[in-house]
Amino acid sequence: MAVAPTPAERFIQGILPENPVYRQLLGLCPTLAVTNGLQAALTMAGAVAFVLFCANIVTSTIRHLLKPHLRIVIFTLIIATFVTITDRFLAAYMYGMSKLLGPYIPLIIVNCIIICRCEVCASRQSVFAAGADALGQATGFALALVSIAAVRELLGSGMLFSVQVLPESWPNWVIMILPPGAFMTLGLLVGAVNWFEQRRSEQAESERG
Amino acid sequence: MLYFTDIILIALGAALVNNFVLYYFVGICPFIGVSRRIDMAIGMGFAVTFVISIAALLSWTITTFILMPGAPLSKFVAGWFMPPDAAAKVDLTILSYVVYIFAIASSVQFVEMYVRRFYPSLYRSFGVFLPLITTNCAILFACLIIFSHIVGVDNPADVWDLGKSLTLAVFGGVGFTIAITIMAGIREELELCDVPQSLRGAGITLLVAGILAMAFMGFTGVDSGLKKAMTPSPVQAQQSSRE
Repeated sequence: MAVAPTPAERFIQGILPENPVYRQLLGLCPTLAVTNGLQAALTMAGAVAFVLFCANIVTSTIRHLLKPHLRIVIFTLIIATFVTITDRFLAAYMYGMSKLLGPYIPLIIVNCIIICRCEVCASRQSVFAAGADALGQATGFALALVSIAAVRELLGSGMLFSVQVLPESWPNWVIMILPPGAFMTLGLLVGAVNWFEQRRSEQAESERG
Repeated sequence: MLYFTDIILIALGAALVNNFVLYYFVGICPFIGVSRRIDMAIGMGFAVTFVISIAALLSWTITTFILMPGAPLSKFVAGWFMPPDAAAKVDLTILSYVVYIFAIASSVQFVEMYVRRFYPSLYRSFGVFLPLITTNCAILFACLIIFSHIVGVDNPADVWDLGKSLTLAVFGGVGFTIAITIMAGIREELELCDVPQSLRGAGITLLVAGILAMAFMGFTGVDSGLKKAMTPSPVQAQQSSRE
C-alpha cells in the first residue's frame, strides 16, 4: 500500500469491500444469535456501533502509552467498560429488549470485530481516522445483521418488524427462526456475496483485457 | 439423589441438548477457523475445556465471595469504613463483566506460561491455541451463565454451588469438542467434493453447520424426559417411605 487511506475511504471500505461479517467472517456469534427478528438485530447493531466507536476513540487516544505485550488485555478492559455502560442503559430504558438479548450483550466484549479494529486500526492511527473506521465497520456490521434478520424473519414468520408482510396463507418456515436457519442463511448469503464479488472482478478484468 | 439428578441434567444439557456452538452460537470463530483437521480440532477442544473449567472456578469464587449483593468478603472489607447495615448492602455486580474478562485473560496468560515452562511437548501441540482462547465467547458465556444462577435467584436452594458450576463448564467444553471434531471430520471429507466456487471455505462450512445443528435439535426434550424418569413418582416415594 503506497498511500494510507483517508478517513472517508476507511468509512466506505468498512461497508462492503471489507464488510466485517461477509468478507472477514468476524463477530459471527451475535450475527447468528440475535438475527431471528429485525428489532433485536437493530438493537444489537446499535450497541456494537456504540462500543466500537468509543473503544476505537479511547484506544487511539492512548495509543502512545500502550505496551505491546499488555495491549490485548487493555483493549478488552476498555471494551468491557463500554459494554457495561451499554448493558445498564438497555436494562434501564429498553428492559424487554435487554431480556431478549440476554447474554449476547455482555458477549460484545469478546466480539472479534472490536478487538480486531482496535488492533489493526485504532492502535496505530489518529483519533479521527479511528473514528471513521469504527463508523464504517459498524455500518457494515449493521447492514449484515439487518440483511440476515430480514431473510430469517420474513421466511420464518412472514413478518418484518413484527408486521405481517406475506399473506396469511404463507406456511411459516419455523426452521429459519431456529438455530439451523441461522447457519444456513449466513452460509448462503456469504456464498451470494462471494459470487457477486467474483463476477464483478471478472467483468473488470475482461474490460481491462 | 436430587442433587445427583441436577448434575446429570446440567451435564447433558450443556453437552448435547443446548450445545454451546450449535444452540447458543458461542465459540463460532474457532469452530469455523480451526476445524480443518481432526487433530487440530481435538487440540482446540481440549484447550477450551481446560480453560473454561479454570474460568468457571474463578468466576464462581469471585461471584460468590466478592461480587454478589452481601457477599462475605466485600461485606467484611466495607465494614471497616461503613456502618454494618450499609456494608451488608454492598453490591458489586456492575463490575462483573470487567472482572470476568480480566480473570479470563490473566488465567489464560498464566496457563500459557505454565504449560510452556513445564510441558513443552503439550505446549507444542495445543499451546498455539491458548492466546486465541481469551477472545473465545464460550469461556465468557459459561461465566455469564454461572453468574445468572447465583445473582438474582430468589430461592436459596436454587443457587448453584461449585459442583454444578464446574459441571456446566466441563460439559460445555465437552460439547464444544464434540461439535468441532464432527465438523473437522466432515470438512476433511469435503475436500474431496466438488463444491461451487463461491461457496468454498466459509459458505459450505456454515451450511454443514446448519445441518449439524438440525441433527442436534434431535436431542431436544431428552433432558426433560430424563428428568421425569429420574424424579421418583409419588407412588414410588410412598413405597420407599413404607419400607
